[in-house]
Amino acid sequence: MTTAVLFDNVSRHFGAVRAVDSVNLSIVEGEFFAMLGPSGSGKTTCLRLMAGFEQPTTGHIEIFGETAEGVPPYRRSVNTVFQDYALFSHLSILDNVAYGLMVKGIGREERRKAAEDALAMVKLPGYGARRPGQLSGGQRQRVALARALVNKPKVLLLDEPLGALDLKLREQMQEELKSLQKSLGITFVFVTHDQGEALSMADRIAVFNEGRIQQLGRPEEVYNQPKTRFVADFVGSSNVLSAKLCQRLGLKSSFASLRPESVAIAPAADGALSLSGIVAGRSFLGATNRIVVDVDGNRIAVASPAAQNVPAMGSPVTISFAARDLHPMEDA
Amino acid sequence: MRSDKSNHAPLGLKIAAAAGLAFMHLPILLIFLYAFTTEEKTYQFPPPGLTTQWFAVAWSRPDVWAALTLSVKVAAIATAAALVLGTLCAAAVSQTRFFGRETVSLLVILPIALPGIITGIALRSAFSMADIPFSFWTIVLGHATFCIVVVYNNAVARFRRISGSLIEASMDLGADGFQTFRYVILPNIGTALLAGGMLAFALSFDEVIVTTFTAGQQSTLPIWMLEELIRPRQRPVTNVVAMIVVIGTFLPILGAYYLTRDGDQIAGAGK
Repeated sequence: MTTAVLFDNVSRHFGAVRAVDSVNLSIVEGEFFAMLGPSGSGKTTCLRLMAGFEQPTTGHIEIFGETAEGVPPYRRSVNTVFQDYALFSHLSILDNVAYGLMVKGIGREERRKAAEDALAMVKLPGYGARRPGQLSGGQRQRVALARALVNKPKVLLLDEPLGALDLKLREQMQEELKSLQKSLGITFVFVTHDQGEALSMADRIAVFNEGRIQQLGRPEEVYNQPKTRFVADFVGSSNVLSAKLCQRLGLKSSFASLRPESVAIAPAADGALSLSGIVAGRSFLGATNRIVVDVDGNRIAVASPAAQNVPAMGSPVTISFAARDLHPMEDA
Repeated sequence: MRSDKSNHAPLGLKIAAAAGLAFMHLPILLIFLYAFTTEEKTYQFPPPGLTTQWFAVAWSRPDVWAALTLSVKVAAIATAAALVLGTLCAAAVSQTRFFGRETVSLLVILPIALPGIITGIALRSAFSMADIPFSFWTIVLGHATFCIVVVYNNAVARFRRISGSLIEASMDLGADGFQTFRYVILPNIGTALLAGGMLAFALSFDEVIVTTFTAGQQSTLPIWMLEELIRPRQRPVTNVVAMIVVIGTFLPILGAYYLTRDGDQIAGAGK
């Protein structure tokens, strides 16, 4: 297993702001790696540190074993798909895609062929003669992808690449990106604030908050066993059980997370834990009903299948869940 | 109904607009007319007769040629210097953040806001204090002060529309600073520079005030014209030269106008 990108205790400060604060991570070659977090959490700055647009204040970065500090963006074997795509509007689509080859001095005929192949790969064959202004948002996104991939980067960096697309297109592009990454075998590093996107696409996820990595792991780990309150809340809005409730349920840790879909509105079966409260809110979400139950001032969300009856507001209910679905957390 | 009405301006307004335009442009036609008059001492109206002899006279006068070549040279060099310095300055102000950026921006524009006579006196005293003899180069320096402003103003507006990620994208794709300038920045600001350069050239070409303070014994074309007006002999020669200059500068200015107007499409959306 080769390490594609290594961050060794990397910090990037802007004045008094610690945009990136002592980050350690190692991304494996061929991995689809997501950096997930709210805006201002440092994930984009990490991406820019990899691309070379920012230099670390302290710490050490390696890309495929080579020191990256002080190496300008144009001498790094990484390419970026920008959030706003950053296509050159004065150039045709073909010239946009061939730009990287052109500045490297590759001959006209060879780069035209490579650019056309790249356009075919992102399912835009024959679009070479058009201008960026004549394409839709989704098509521009594909051009940006082709323009980066034509350079055969060792690492492809994607900065919120699907942020500007509508839901349908976004889901389609998620699948395409995933299969493209598998077939090319290139390491993808992908920044997003959409937890669903990170969970569905990534091999591993780093959850960022306030410049630090809160948790790093496979999507199932991050989703099912959040290490901190922030992760529990940000990734799939888990219930966070207070110290008092934890105590009542016989847990040692001061906080615990509980997924809404792990909770049922029913009396406890054998070995299950239960709490009683009153219905404090309910909303219809399509496949499920979201029911909020107030247990002595703690609000616990329950994802109840839509087929089940919804108890009336204010009515007393018993909620139950398996002990193994309760995950102890650090307080952070 | 209402929109029909608003399409037709009242007659009074039309007359006023026509009168305003006539007031601005008829005198220029008069200049052209007097280039053909047979009377050489006073500007008598109507001209007693028409002739084209002054074109031949102007052609054969060495002082006309000396003034014209000096003006073209000064304007060309001042414009060239302004293109380089104005573009660099615009790039710095629009693409980076640094302490005192707004102040620098204001200081660059100031020479065009200041009355020319202030710039002229200031430069003259500065040149004398530094013991720089008045020459061709002092005229160029004087003109460059306001030529930079024109180039800067044109370039900075266009620079602001180049999104930072375009430059980053170019670097990311392997282009160094020079290649990024050549292939991304220049195509985006090219027309703005052309327009700014043309305006700078035109400004320098007809500048009188700063030139009177910074020139030595030489006369640029506008100064030569001023001197000629005082002389009661061969006056129509001035008109001939004026006419040629108007025609010679009108076309580039028109070109600059069309180039900057189309700029929106050239530097359009970064996405």
